[in-house]
Amino acid sequence: MATREIAVVSFAQTNSRRNELDETEMLLPVITEAVKRSGIARSDIGFTCSGSCDYLGGRPFSFVMVIDAIGAWPPIEESHVEMDGAFALYEAWVRLQHGDIDAALVYAFGKSSQGDLPDVMVTQLDPYYVAPLWPDSISLAALQARAMLDEKRCTELEMAEIAVRNRKSAKANPHAHLKGDHLAANLLGEPYAVAPLRRHDCPPITDGATAIVLAAGDLARKVCKRPAFIRGIDHRIEPHALGLRDLTRSPSTKLAGERAGVGKGKIDVAELHAPFTHQEVILRDALGLGAEVDVNPSGGALGANPMMVAGLNRIGEAAQRILDGKANRVLAHATSGPCLQQNLVCVLEAE
Amino acid sequence: MALTAPYVLEYTYRRSVGPVVGQFLTGLRDQKFLGMKTSSGRILVPPPENDPETGETLSEMVAVGDAGVVTTWSWVSAPRKNHPLQKPFAWALVKLDGADTAMLHVVDVGEGGMEKMSTGMRVRARWKAERIGHVTDVACFEPESPQAVTR
Repeated sequence: MATREIAVVSFAQTNSRRNELDETEMLLPVITEAVKRSGIARSDIGFTCSGSCDYLGGRPFSFVMVIDAIGAWPPIEESHVEMDGAFALYEAWVRLQHGDIDAALVYAFGKSSQGDLPDVMVTQLDPYYVAPLWPDSISLAALQARAMLDEKRCTELEMAEIAVRNRKSAKANPHAHLKGDHLAANLLGEPYAVAPLRRHDCPPITDGATAIVLAAGDLARKVCKRPAFIRGIDHRIEPHALGLRDLTRSPSTKLAGERAGVGKGKIDVAELHAPFTHQEVILRDALGLGAEVDVNPSGGALGANPMMVAGLNRIGEAAQRILDGKANRVLAHATSGPCLQQNLVCVLEAE
Repeated sequence: MALTAPYVLEYTYRRSVGPVVGQFLTGLRDQKFLGMKTSSGRILVPPPENDPETGETLSEMVAVGDAGVVTTWSWVSAPRKNHPLQKPFAWALVKLDGADTAMLHVVDVGEGGMEKMSTGMRVRARWKAERIGHVTDVACFEPESPQAVTR
């Protein structure tokens, strides 16, 4: 089946940090900026889709509160996913395939700092077998890291080097949260957070919001000099029981990558949603990315990890490199669930 | 004058665990681990309602051992307030004897620390005296002593 050509035409994000703003206050300037940059009138945006998580807000239907940021009048066609905004972008891409509308707005927001984030993440787990034990998100990632070390798929030094590279890259990203120059050997002298993970292996707790405007073929070319065309997008999920999975591999990423056509050409830049250092190794392997690929020039999720936003940011950061003329073919990846349970892969190209 | 009203946050539903999870939890109350047998003969612990590979509805539950092997682990030196143990402990995936998949629980190594943990080590469930049909009826797993193996 031929798919309709859809492109990212604009991207805007907050300066990621822990802030004093509420969700609507974070979103309003970001949505305004993304729509302005797109050159598309709000009245021409036929669909709006968002990603967020009620458990971060600590209240049901928290996404309704931010409708103020997109304007509640005149009525719009709107949807929401209780997931990272990258999956909202997938829904918007599907909606645009219907052919009756030409533009969509996608946004995501997360105030990760409002609660005790590692504990809040427990609410996504199996409520009978797993959640009553309260395995926090860092402890579960550490189980996966141990499996990687046991299988000799990486070393603690290589994990530290991944942290060093991402946080160094983040220095060039004005929106990043955690950045700086470190020496991997020195980092290994730090105590464990949850062994075998040290603090540098873990992402920061970041508040943030992001908006992206998508446009179909002709409209995209009319409003944008170098639209980032989505040439492939796919997402796959693995069982939620951790013991049913080989935690050292990501077959869902591999399959999504194959179906998104990653291997059809050279990838210039890959933005991988790897909140923990060892997960970058798993994702590189699953996607077959060699040393020649520039991975996470933005600093990735290790540089800024606004929950429900960091995956959409990967698509935005990768697309921006096409919009800016710095790359021709890029890959973006987003993840959801414990230990990379669900994964989305998107390939974007310049014309 | 400000008006005030009481606000009670409550969850006014009773949740049913269903036939499979229910049997597993009832088994824990009776100090037994139950697994689910798939059509290919694998035994999955904890038991799912459907085969993760085929989606087929499953119903044949079989008992497995209450000791097994650690397949991976992580070490918590500073427990969080909700953690099942309030002393340094390990999270572990434990593949019970007779099972083909591992379940998540905690390991109390007794005296000592992280050096007592290793992938492949054997551990045995320590049951709570008072059990209610809950995953925390297993207080934790403990390293299996050489005597215990022959028991």
